Amino acid sequence: MNRTAMVLAGCALAGLPGCVSGPNEKIFDAGSGQAQLRSVQSRTFARADPERTLRATIATLQDLGFVIDKADAVLGTVSGTKLAGYEVRMTVSVLPRGPGQVLVRANAQFNGIKAIEDPKPYQDFFAALEKSLFLNEQPAP
Amino acid sequence: MARAGKSFRRGWASGVAAVGLLLLAGCGGIPAGALQLPPESPANRQRQTRTFDGITEPALLAASAAVLQDLGFVLDESETGLGVIVASKRRSARNAGEIAGKVLLGLLALQGPQPWAEAQNIRVSIVTRPAGGEFPGRVLLRATFQRVVYDSAQRIILRQQLNDDELYTAFFARLAQGVFLEARPL
Repeated sequence: MNRTAMVLAGCALAGLPGCVSGPNEKIFDAGSGQAQLRSVQSRTFARADPERTLRATIATLQDLGFVIDKADAVLGTVSGTKLAGYEVRMTVSVLPRGPGQVLVRANAQFNGIKAIEDPKPYQDFFAALEKSLFLNEQPAP
Repeated sequence: MARAGKSFRRGWASGVAAVGLLLLAGCGGIPAGALQLPPESPANRQRQTRTFDGITEPALLAASAAVLQDLGFVLDESETGLGVIVASKRRSARNAGEIAGKVLLGLLALQGPQPWAEAQNIRVSIVTRPAGGEFPGRVLLRATFQRVVYDSAQRIILRQQLNDDELYTAFFARLAQGVFLEARPL
């Protein structure tokens, strides 16, 4: 029992420096598997123009419970924050990729300190965005 | 004596382990479903959206900014090209009943006054989009409010989206007055 408690204490203290580190290494810390992460965070949409995709992105973020923080039509970026007991901040950029195609890149952080690297939240986001883009093609009310 | 020392070490190690694990838990991950469309999404959209006829997007955004200023909000961001305005205000979150209760609880527990809700940051984003299609003169406007509440020790104690029907109804009534138009539900 005593040894177990000591081992737990050791593990916990060894893990703490991971939460408290200097700025320089964190600025360049893109997480593990950068190329793989970029692929998880990116999606190409056909039959879409940048402005329509940006507006659909804003609508999707609102549907997901985000309040928009910033939007820039020239840069093609939108940022938003979701508060639901926790905090998720997300930036989405929309870039033209040839005629009728756009590349959407999203990245998010959780509770202000942790980059979201799990593919599932991004898959959920893109599924919602796809739905919004499709809905926007329907006749308006 | 040796037994007391062993017991002390065990207690100390358990305490450090508990504190360390609690701190590690602070680095935990995003809840499952945080970026999934919630079942209440259509109802929220309905509550937060109104349609306006016979007005342009920029005119509706300008009227929204004026209403927000009337309500004491400060404009943080705007992007007319995408129909976005973001505004915020910081106000007191004090509640006399809660403060009295926390002071009393502190006295009863002999720990001094406990922290109470002190201040709140309220943020709102207004997003417009043209209905298009068969309704060229129609603009949809969606407002979403959220707030962060801080206690008297400046710690965050609440982070939430505001989904109260009355809030949105009152806000859209003020906006309709501002543009002299009817704000119709979706």
